[in-house]
Order: sequence, then structure tokens, then C-alpha cells
Amino acid sequence: MSGLWRLLAVAAKEVRQLARDRITIGLIIGIPTIQLLLFGYAINFDVRGVSAAVLDQSRTSLSRRLLGDLAATQVLGTLRPAVSEGELRELMQKGESNVGIVIAPDIERRLADGNRAVMQILVDGSQPALENVAQGLGAMPLLQRRGTPVAARPVEILVAYNPEKRTAVQIVPALCGVILTMTMVIFTASAIVRERERGNLELLITTPVSPAELMAGKLLPYVVIGLIQTTLILALGYWLFGVPVAGSLIDLYFGALLFIAASLSLGLLISTIARTQFQAMQMALVVMLPSILMSGFMFPFEGMPAVAQGIAQVLPLTHFNEIIRGIVLRGAALTDMRPELAKLAIFLVVMLSLAMARFRKRLD
Amino acid sequence: MSLAISARGLARHFGHVIAVAGIDLDVPAAEIYGFLGPNGSGKSTTIRMLCGLLVPTRGTVTVLGHSMPRDAEIVRRKLGYMTQRFSLWDDLTAGENLDFMCRVYGLDRATRRVRIATRLRDYDLEPLVEQRAGTLSGGQRQRLALAAATLHEPQLLLLDEPTSAVDPQSRRDFWENLFALVARGTTILVSTHYMDEAERCHRLAILDRGRIAAEGEPKQLARDIDATVIEIGNADFVSARRALAAIAEVRSIAQLGNRLRVLMPRTAVEPERRLREALAPANAGASVQRVGASLEDVFVAATRLGIGADDTPERAA
Repeated sequence: MSGLWRLLAVAAKEVRQLARDRITIGLIIGIPTIQLLLFGYAINFDVRGVSAAVLDQSRTSLSRRLLGDLAATQVLGTLRPAVSEGELRELMQKGESNVGIVIAPDIERRLADGNRAVMQILVDGSQPALENVAQGLGAMPLLQRRGTPVAARPVEILVAYNPEKRTAVQIVPALCGVILTMTMVIFTASAIVRERERGNLELLITTPVSPAELMAGKLLPYVVIGLIQTTLILALGYWLFGVPVAGSLIDLYFGALLFIAASLSLGLLISTIARTQFQAMQMALVVMLPSILMSGFMFPFEGMPAVAQGIAQVLPLTHFNEIIRGIVLRGAALTDMRPELAKLAIFLVVMLSLAMARFRKRLD
Repeated sequence: MSLAISARGLARHFGHVIAVAGIDLDVPAAEIYGFLGPNGSGKSTTIRMLCGLLVPTRGTVTVLGHSMPRDAEIVRRKLGYMTQRFSLWDDLTAGENLDFMCRVYGLDRATRRVRIATRLRDYDLEPLVEQRAGTLSGGQRQRLALAAATLHEPQLLLLDEPTSAVDPQSRRDFWENLFALVARGTTILVSTHYMDEAERCHRLAILDRGRIAAEGEPKQLARDIDATVIEIGNADFVSARRALAAIAEVRSIAQLGNRLRVLMPRTAVEPERRLREALAPANAGASVQRVGASLEDVFVAATRLGIGADDTPERAA
């Protein structure tokens, strides 16, 4: 029982030190928030709400319905009517509209004819992403169909699980894993190495505290921090980007807990090897970069060469991404994720055994 | 005489470097035992082997009746260790540091309260209890470290150069505290490179390149010195030094103010006459006089510092 008290004493000491380290506290909250905003808002390949100027030369019920359909895609935001081609170009030149849409005066005939464009889309070429918008609009089925194609239904974009094709929906769950990797590996590794650097460890290991108590006591606060960060990311994702959790929250937190433990064990192993905080940081980066690039966070996993896929299998983030995407986006249950859970568990056991084998209450 | 520590043939190698080259050690209980030696003489390595931080390459150690490193966990409960560097937590207050160390030693709430209050009072730390350890002065930190090392009332205290970053007054106070602990039956092993501190120890081992070069009570060591000590005054030191260095039997020349202190082997025949002859051409009026050995002479003789080597251990401030 005294072991548990010692463990809690170590944990309480760690929390007290953390609470006094304002920069680290700032990072714990700041990293998820900033990254989420950065990835959620800035890195957004799917442009929405583009301001458009419209020159409707037809002014028929058909042209109005066509414009209504365009607005329904949400790709275009405000539609500013222009009375002449000159005004339309002027709006674009001033940057007030990024896209110009010109509807031909005789759209009914053009539609019936089927070979001539009914609509011209002018794009502000200085903004590369907008070209995709134009292509998207150009590819809309209503413009290519014969007969009476202007059915009163919005343009259909069929993408499973992310019907709106928004980056945030993919980013939020994936970011959760990336941020946990950062916090768990770097913070814990440096928390232990710092004590070694400052000589605290030399004193601690001459006391009755056991390696397991010492490790568990030091890591416990970071488990809680990891769960707080998970909650923060999911909450911000819900409020700011409207990403709901389709599956069960309990499943989600259980998966997160396993991933946190796996990442902590890696941080622990690093801490038994690194002599300085700088070394710990370097070692953590060796894991961080492939985690970000190869786990499917940035590039689709399937598109990577076989070697890269093999390496990715070793990274816990790869499996956690599968788990969290499944639960958050597809509403999957943990029971659907047995292979991923098993791989995380194996990673945890291997890392923990290595770390424990390396950590002794000695200096040699 | 009961022994707190007993070691036989204790050695520790780091790769090809031999830090401790096989030493025998007997530390009597309830005394202050000193390790005197320059940096790299094996003081810290020996202390670390005694508290189980390092495993000996060879040899056996018994600490408080337990074999090390086998019984390290048992010994740790009876042992207090003060590292060379201040190793409490800078970002915790003095009080929090003491409280944490109490908890690590598994002391219950009532004991914690009493022990912390006593240590704060004994070591003059009461006004500093709310202050972060990182903002304390060298002397205050050292008192805090000693308070932390004695919270669990250890039978044996291992102090690794405890006064290296402390002013002379704090060092005097610190030694008063050590004697108070010894009076209560604590055994203290302290390493130092200050001669005045070494003189305060009940017993002393002079370490040199991983070996014990001399061992005993400080006064006895000075009496038993295997050298003749001669002081030379009233001379031109530059030319005198050159003349003396030419004599093969002169083991060391050190300047102390306006005197030169010369060490020669005890076997040297008529040392005063020979030195006078050597000095004669340039320094005919120089005084040459045989004097009693100081601990520093013992140290120099024991560690066989060569001619002209003035890098003897730091002198007391």
C-alpha cells in the first residue's frame, strides 16, 4: 500500500511542477487549439462560400432555377448580380468576386442543342484553389444533359461518410492522434530526462521509491492531460467545424486510452536512452515525422508504396487513426477494430518491456 | 568498534578507465569519516558504489551489515545521500521538497509534520519554507539538502562534496550540524577537497587515482608522514625554486606567502644542509628550517606530486 502512496506522491509532485510551468501548460492547451484551427480553417482544399458575380442575360425562370441550384451546392456564397459584362469584370478585378458566372441569353435553346455552353465561368486565376471550383461547377450534371435537365434538385455529390467533402471532418479525428503523439512522446520523454539532467533522479533512486512507482507516478498526470486534449479537440471539432462523434464516446475514450498508453511507453523508452532533453526531442522527432507523414494523416495510406506501408504498420498512430476515424466518422464500435486494438496492445507491451528492462535504479 | 561500512578490494572500471582500483575501507559507526582527494580520484564513484547507484566491477561491500548491491533496497531505507549537485526540485518550495521526500520515504502524516518542523527549526529554514528552492542561496540550498537527507533519520549519511558551493561561514555551520548528527549516533561519510574540512574528520582516507594513499586520524597522519618538511624564507623565490628543483630528492615545492615549503623523503640525508648548499650561490641569507607536517603535506606526500607541481588541492578559504 505504501507503494501506491509513493506513486501518488510522485504524481502530485509532477502536477505541482507542471502547474508552475506556464509555458508547458500553455502548450498543452495551445497546441491542440492552434493546430485544429490551422488545419481546420487554413488547410482547406475544398473551397466553400466563394463570392460570385452573376450576369444573367437570360432572365428566365430556367436561369433563376439554374442559379438556385448553384447556390444550393454551397460552393458559391453570395451571388452578386451584375448588369453588364463590364460590371462583372470590374467586380472581379476589385477582388469583390472571385468567380464570374455569365448565363447566355438563349439558354433554353442551347440546352436543347446540347453542344453549346449555356454558362461561362470566369475564374480569378491568381488563386489556384478556385480553378478546382470552376471545374467542379463545370462538371455539374445539369449543364451536360439534354432535354429538360433542370430538375429542381441540388447537385448531387456523393461521398460516403463525409457528404460535404469537408477537410475538417477528416482533420479533426486525425489531429487528435497527432497531438496525442506529440504530447505523450515528447512531454513524457523530456519530463523524465529533465530529472536526470538536473540530478533529481540520482537522489530519487537512492530512496525506497521503486522504478514502477516512479514511472507510473510520473506518467499518470500525462494520461490525464492526454484525455483532456482528446476532449478539447473533439469539443472544438464539434463546435467550430460541426464534426459529431458518430460512435460511442466510451469506445472512443477507451481507444484513446490505449493509444495514450502506447505513446507513453514509447516516450518512456526514449527517456531511458536519451541523456539530455535535446536528445529526447531529436529521438521523438524521428517518430513524429513518419507518424504525421505516413500514418494516413496527410496522404492516403493506400497510395503509399509497400515499404512505407510496412513502416506505417509499426507506428501506433496508423492504427489509432483507423480506430478514431471509424468511431467518429463511421460510427463503428470497438469490436469492429480488433486488429488495430491488438496491434496497439502489442506495441505497448513491447515498448514497456524494453523501457522497464533499461530503467534500473542505478547510474551504470 | 562496530563498523558502518566495510569494503574489500572494491574496484570500479568504466570501460578502460579505472575509477576505483581496489580499495579496502573500514568506516567506524557514529564517526565522521572523510574522503580527501582531487577531482577524479574516485571519491564520488566510491560513494555511489556504497549507496548502490553503481555496481562494483570487483570486490565486496557491506553497508550497515547488509551486502551491497544485493540488499540495496534495504540499505536505502537506512541511508541518506547528498549528491554533489543540488538535486532537490528548483520549482518546488523548501517546504514542498521536504514534504515530498517524507512521502517518498513513506512517513505517515503525523511523523511528517514533526520531522519537517524539526528540520526547519534545526537548519534555520523556517523563514524560507514558502520560497522556491531554485531561488535559495548556496548555503540555504545546502541546509535544505541536509534537512531532506535526514528526514527519515538515516543511520548512515553519505555526503558527496557537500560544501563545494558554499561560503566559509555556511561551511562552519554545516559542520556544526554534522557533529550534532554524529552525537545522535549517525555515521557520516563525507568527501571533500578542502584541507580544513578533512582536519575536522575523525578519520580520513586520502584518495589518489582510485587508490587509498593514506588512511587514519588526521593528527596521526601528520605525525606519520613519510617525508621531511622544510620551510625556506628570506629568499628570491624564482632563483630559489630553480635551484631546489635541481635536487632529485625534492618531491614538491609550494609557495605559502613569503615562504617556500619543500617536501623531501624521510630517507634523505641531512636535508637542511643540502638545501642550504643548493641555495647558497644566489640566496646565501635564506632561512632553512625543518617544520611539522600539515595535512596538506600529508596529502602531497601521499599523492606523490612531482617537482614544481602546485596543483595541490584547493586550500581552505
